[in-house]
Parts: sequence; C-alpha cells; structure tokens
Amino acid sequence: MRHKHCVSTKMKINITNYCSIHNNQIKLNGETLLVKEKQVPFNEFIKSTYDLNASPYMKFFKMDDLCKLAFLASEFLLKNKNLAEQYGSSTISLLFANTSSSLDTDINYYNTVKDFPSPSLFVYTLPNIMLGEISIRNKFKGENAFFVFEQFQADFLCNYATQLIAEKKAKAVIIGWVELLNDNQEAFLSLAEESENGTELIAENLERLYISNH
Amino acid sequence: MKTVFAAEGNIITSLGYTAEENFSAMEQGNSGIQKFSNPKFLSFPFHASLVDDRKLSEKFSTLSTNQNYTRLEQLFILSIADVIEKSGVDLSNEKTLLIISTTKGNINLLEEQNYGIFPEKRLLLFEMAKEVACYFGMKNSPLVVSNACISGVLAIITAQRLIRSGQYENVIVSGGDLVSEFTLSGFNSFKALSDEPCKPYDAARKGITLGEGCGTLLLTSNENLLHNNEKKIKVAGGSVSNDANHISGPSRTGEELALAVNNAINEAQCANAIDFISAHGTATTFNDEMEAKAFSVAGLQNVSLNSMKGFFGHTLGAAGIIESVIALETMKKNTMISSLGFENSGVSMPLNIIRQTEKKEINTSLKTASGFGGCNAALVFSV
Repeated sequence: MRHKHCVSTKMKINITNYCSIHNNQIKLNGETLLVKEKQVPFNEFIKSTYDLNASPYMKFFKMDDLCKLAFLASEFLLKNKNLAEQYGSSTISLLFANTSSSLDTDINYYNTVKDFPSPSLFVYTLPNIMLGEISIRNKFKGENAFFVFEQFQADFLCNYATQLIAEKKAKAVIIGWVELLNDNQEAFLSLAEESENGTELIAENLERLYISNH
Repeated sequence: MKTVFAAEGNIITSLGYTAEENFSAMEQGNSGIQKFSNPKFLSFPFHASLVDDRKLSEKFSTLSTNQNYTRLEQLFILSIADVIEKSGVDLSNEKTLLIISTTKGNINLLEEQNYGIFPEKRLLLFEMAKEVACYFGMKNSPLVVSNACISGVLAIITAQRLIRSGQYENVIVSGGDLVSEFTLSGFNSFKALSDEPCKPYDAARKGITLGEGCGTLLLTSNENLLHNNEKKIKVAGGSVSNDANHISGPSRTGEELALAVNNAINEAQCANAIDFISAHGTATTFNDEMEAKAFSVAGLQNVSLNSMKGFFGHTLGAAGIIESVIALETMKKNTMISSLGFENSGVSMPLNIIRQTEKKEINTSLKTASGFGGCNAALVFSV
C-alpha cells in the first residue's frame, strides 16, 4: 500500500519503549534480556521468558501461543509503567497486525472438530483476542484495531497511530506486530506517546527498529 | 479535514444480490433463515442464512468464467463489481483503496470436502484479498481488517479516517464471511447457537443464528460519485473501545460500548439527535443485555432501534457493512425495518425496539457492533 501523505501533527510523538521476541531471544529497547539456543522449543523458551517476569498471571496458562507471545512482549514493554493510571484507561490504544491472523490456532482448533470441538481453543481463533488479553491485564479501554498485511507495514502503522494521537483519540498507542505460524514466531511491540524521550514516531524509525530487532 | 460521504452500497445474502433486493425483502418481513441438515457442517439440523450455491455460480458466471475463485472470493467479487458498476469509481486511481473485512476468510478450505482444490496459501487473509483486488486490477494493495465481529464497522471507520486525513479519496470497503463447519462447530461448542431463528432482545431468545454473505460500501470525498436524487449522507463519526473485562463475554455494565457511542456522536458534531440505531443484537443472553445497559448509559434508550440478525443471521465480518448499508437505505427511504424475532423484552433496561416497519424521517443514524476480545465499535451516519 502507498501512504504518501503523512498525517500532520504539531506535537512530538515518540517511540519511548520497544520490545521484541524473535529466534528464542527477547530484547527490550535493543538490550537482550534472555536468549536460548535455536534447538530449545518455543514452549520452553516462552516458559523461561514467563519466569523472568516477576509477577505471576494465571490467565497466561489458558492462552494460545499467539497470545502468549503478544502478552509476554507487552509485559516487558510496560514493566514499571502504569499507562491506565497515567493517561486514563480510555486513552490507551492498541494497534496490532500480522501476516497469518490466527491461522496456527485455527488449524489446532479444527483438529479437535471431528472429536470434540474445543470452546477454549475456538475463542482464540481471532487475532484480536491478543488485544483483549492485553487490555484485560492493563485495563486498556481505548481504540483497538487488528490488520493483516503480507509483511510489516511501518508507514501504515505509523500514520494510523499518529492520527489517533493527533486527533486526541489516544494518548498512547501500542503498535504491535505479532506473528506465529508453524516454526516462525516473532513479536515486535513499541509504545508511542507524546514525550521528550525516545525516537520520533516516523515510518523510517519504526521500520529501522523492527529490522534491527528481527 | 475532508468530509467523507457514503456512496453506493451492495449486499449479498440469502435475501438477494443487491441492497435494494435485501431491503425490500426485509420491508416485507421475509427472513432468509432456514433449517438445514448438512452432516458435513454439523451432526444435527441447524438454522442458518445461506447463499444458494447454484444461484451464486449462475451469478458469478455472468461476470467471469474463471473457476479459480473460492466461494467467498466469488461473493466479494460480485458484491464489489455491483458497487463499481453503479458508482463509476475509478479503480486505476492511486487515491482508491480496497479494504477487506473478514473474520475467517477462506477457512472452509481447511474442511475435508474442500481440501486440495485451492492452494493452501489462500487460507491467508491477505492472499484472499489480493485475489479479489487483482480481479479488479486495482493499483493499491488491499488493506485487511480482522477484528472479530466489529470488523465491518471498524473497516468503515478506518476508511473514514484514511479519507478524512486526505490519504485516499475513495475507499471501497467490503466485508464477507461464510457459514462453515468451522464457525458452526465453534459457536455450538460455546452453546451459543439457537435451535430456532434468533430472537434479538426477546425474553425467549436462545442464542445466535449464523449467516453468510458479503456487503460493500463505497466511501468517498468526491461528491460527484453521489447520486443527485438521493440524500447526501456523511460518515460523520466513528469510535472503537475495549471492555477490558473478558475475552468471550461482554462488559457487565455496557459502559465501554457507551464510551464508543459517545465518542462517535461527539466526533459527528451533528446538530440533530440520533433518529435510529442499527444495533448489534446477536440474541445471546449476555450481548443483548450489555447493549441495553450501554444505550441507557448513553441516554439513547428512547431511540428507535433494531437488530437485523433475524433476517440474515450473524454474518460475522460482513455484519458491520451489510447492516450499515441497510441503515443507509433506512435513511434514504425514510423507512425503519422491524426488529424481526422480537416480541417481549428480555433485557433489564428499556429499549425502543421497532415492532413494525414504519415510515419516519431519518437524518442521523447510529450503527454499533461488539465482539469477542471485548471490542466495541460505533459509527454515526448523518445528512
């Protein structure tokens, strides 16, 4: 897609935090928090990452893999932050996208259909459930959107987030790319808000951060 | 900021292949919901609103002899083609975008009877959208929205924002979903399927009835694409919220849907009050109750309201667009359709549910939707 005209705003919107999970490695603002060898299975890596995070959360164990991935990245991204308190619940927005929607869980659910269709899997056959899980955890009640792209679209995500903040529909936007299918898992979450700190929210910067953490 | 207008619309459901056919069937009180026995879908008979296979093939063959389109892709192509033909929108314009709204896309390709007929990659939503965009030779890659049952309303809101900010001039928004073994078994596993045609807001409601179809709406900032003899309707406001409560159950208070409704109304800045609400009304116990609370919180309990699910079921990712197109017809024809299946109120807060199709001047309407993941969306159309 082409989005030549950036939404204009006089305010400075910056990416203040970003977190990535890829190839059995979790990084916060570019610094590695945990890395495991390639042969370590995804579930084991996810468990180690969960254990890194001090606060237990029982709902985590019910989640499908896509939600676990998104949830953990959000936990590290938002550690020591209380955005709902800082800005107000209804002003925190989630803008997420990926390539495969919830296809990984769709296939897992469909495998149960012939015997005993699983309601606990069926509920995860929608990609925006990730947004629901993160919203419940953090009491975020603002704008939500989930898009599906062939690949990471920094320009679209950047424009959409900027417009939300510029039009005062949001004070902070979590921009997320969380993809999971077969053996490929990746999460890249960034927090955009008006701030003196961080990197300016423009497509080039978002793209660069995504690629350097990939 | 550009003003965004709602131009041509199309609907394909069991009730017909155009917006007019659907609206006139609804005006006459006809429902497309029937009882089906199809063991490939469910081991017991079920109610649903299905698009007839033979009729669909016939209709599609008048457009193309190419057999390489899935059932859902055929619905998208037919629906979009109708809007393009009637509006004359320029597809080669780089200021024209296609947004596809769907929850499950070609998910029926996973099913045994369909396996291997189409490449596996067509399960990917953007691959499906690309096929549809390619058919029309569109310049821009399509944008895909998949946000549970608010997908259609969110797609229209997204289009409005992209046009308002000047990023595009025309956006064709098209939503589609099928009734499949996947969705039927899933909603059945939740015990959410009604064993009779759904009865939104009624005391005897038993759950949802699934429907399939496609709806398409052209949004534009170009007034030349509007018909001279009809009301000029603006897509005036839109907002989305999250309950932050439960992934498969709605808010207990309705405050979050009310938040989206109030934000959408504020953005619309319309001088007139809301004349009509096209609500979500899935006929599950909890959804309808939550909506009744939300409309009370928003102070809209006296506004005439319907759910269209009794006519063509819950069409998932298509619902927000199909029901918006009907809401626009309601405004153009000044005719509010009765909320089919409703007899006695089964919600704890008062709602002004339309019992009989009636004539009334409608200049401002509200469309709402809510879905799994705790999402809510609201949209205001206004003259």
